[in-house]
Amino acid sequence: MEVNQLLAEIQSHIPSGIVASRIALDELTLEIQPENILTVCKALRDIPQLDFKCLIDICGIDYLHYGLDDWQTTSTTETGFGRGVLSKLERDNPAKPNRFAVVYHLLSLENNQRVRLRVNIPDGKELIVDSVMEIWPAANWYEREAFDLFGIVFRGHPDLRRLLTDYGFSGHPFRKDFPLIGKVEARYDATLKCVVYEPVSIEPRVLEPKVIRHDNRYLIEPGDATNGK
Amino acid sequence: MENNENIPEIRNYVFNFGPQHPAAHGVLRLILEVDGETIVRADPHVGLLHRATEKLAESKPFNHTIGYMDRLDYVSMMCNEHGYVLAIEKLLGITPPVRAQYIRVMFDEITRILNHLLWLAAHSLDNGGMAVFLYCFREREALLDCYEAVSGARMHATYYRPGGVYRDLPDKMPQFKQNKWQNAKDVAELNEDRQGSLLDFIENFTNYFPQRIDEYEELLTNNRIWKQRTVDIGIISPERAIALGFTGPMLRGSGIAWDLRKKQPYEVYDKLDFDIPVGKTGDCYDRYLVRVHEMRQSNRIIRQCVDWLRANPGPVIIDDYKVAPPSREEMKISMEALIHHFKNMTEGYIVPEGEAYAAIEHPKGEFGVYLVSDGANKPYRMKVRAAGFPHLAGLNELIRGYMIADVVSTLSSLDIVFGEIDR
Repeated sequence: MEVNQLLAEIQSHIPSGIVASRIALDELTLEIQPENILTVCKALRDIPQLDFKCLIDICGIDYLHYGLDDWQTTSTTETGFGRGVLSKLERDNPAKPNRFAVVYHLLSLENNQRVRLRVNIPDGKELIVDSVMEIWPAANWYEREAFDLFGIVFRGHPDLRRLLTDYGFSGHPFRKDFPLIGKVEARYDATLKCVVYEPVSIEPRVLEPKVIRHDNRYLIEPGDATNGK
Repeated sequence: MENNENIPEIRNYVFNFGPQHPAAHGVLRLILEVDGETIVRADPHVGLLHRATEKLAESKPFNHTIGYMDRLDYVSMMCNEHGYVLAIEKLLGITPPVRAQYIRVMFDEITRILNHLLWLAAHSLDNGGMAVFLYCFREREALLDCYEAVSGARMHATYYRPGGVYRDLPDKMPQFKQNKWQNAKDVAELNEDRQGSLLDFIENFTNYFPQRIDEYEELLTNNRIWKQRTVDIGIISPERAIALGFTGPMLRGSGIAWDLRKKQPYEVYDKLDFDIPVGKTGDCYDRYLVRVHEMRQSNRIIRQCVDWLRANPGPVIIDDYKVAPPSREEMKISMEALIHHFKNMTEGYIVPEGEAYAAIEHPKGEFGVYLVSDGANKPYRMKVRAAGFPHLAGLNELIRGYMIADVVSTLSSLDIVFGEIDR
């Protein structure tokens, strides 16, 4: 079954709940409103023509710095180019209204198909998405991971604890405003005879600036690998 | 009835397995609740090896992360790289030359054998067999030498690149040199199968390796103790295996013939001839049989790749200087090439805005990389779908109701490596 056919099949079986759909690079992405996630997922799993019985992955994304770069390259300045050592990413990004998203990858073994679901969490609301653990038990640890790293709460998850970070860790490290270097450092204090945590002493520094180029020479047409030489 | 307060309260016993335990396969803290000798609940605490690889990847140009991929599942290094470069290639819309695809497939299968050998070694050691451990490491040695010959590193190869592989296979297999501990006769013996090219060496390996698998099977497959430890232990039904997100040998052990190499072929797997072994009951013993047979199939694939690679020389990396650096020779004469090289090494390449998920049949299951790019020289978000992650998450269900001794058998039959689970 082609991706287009799959999309038609999904649209005929699930008439409501899907906000948008997109096919890019042979992959189908469905965008779902947070309130419809359970009904759509249940339908995707249970309708025999779709049969997405396997949840492959759940991924949280923080879009805070999406489309921002460390190093402006489109125009020169009076002061010349900086070395790009200090990150310029701390600006607000008004172009991205939905900061957090949860992305699900599903697999149908029967039909040999994959589909990607995307749930954008609207700003201003609490970061809560319904848990899909009832539908796919595989979601258990994936949701715990997204909660741990991004602080997204999955409503209905029976055991939403941190998974990857240390016991007693505070903050959500994969958010873009969490420094790469972390916030605390640990060392053994010989006088107190225990491990103490202190604020990090390392200054954050950009080693390779993030650059977004829009020049033609960097546009590679899909399938045309030999241009740009 | 009056003596009620004298009857001691009976509670389940809760204890720690790991994080420092030889059978925990790394740093796993498993909290076990037992009722007598029976497991009531298992709660794995992971993350002791968490290095935030995904966040590190977001702060580096695309190519800098290839080396980090080796360190995810550190017993199947090149397969991790493969998943990552496939995702980048998908976003860039490039295809590597056919020779590079064959090299990748060959090294994927070498990696699969490496992984399964280490798994078999550890699994048998956990269940009380020392001999197989030593034999498996003997064969791993030869394969790690192939890694070294092609990339210069025995484990963390960083050999795959978007658009191909770093360099072509060497014409000469490196040889041992005489030293304080090995005299001329010893060295000549060691170098006996190293007289030709790397492909000759690999071909020689594929000739003797099936007999070596027979040797392991001789020691284990019909061994009474081995069967007592593994048959009907840690059973998972096919329906539950799918619901829990199991892939790879964990799923095939339950009787589902799902293999991405056949179902969603990538690279040149559709041109190669191999079979997919499946189990029946989904217990530890079936998973053992599946992995052992996979080694035989990998051997077959390697053999086919060797034959093809011998007959078909050609480029091993794409001819697009925006992605792959130009050759050293060309840089000496061409200004353009020099500029491309400089930009490639400092800034890297720009990946068009978009998202892509690429999955490969990793020795442990489906290894996927989900990349989100905002059109920069670094990934905006990189998510690794580690093959072992759902397997360990399903451990509680696998060992509930079994005995304490079965925890070790079941845990090692999952083939988990904490480098990829904790990331």
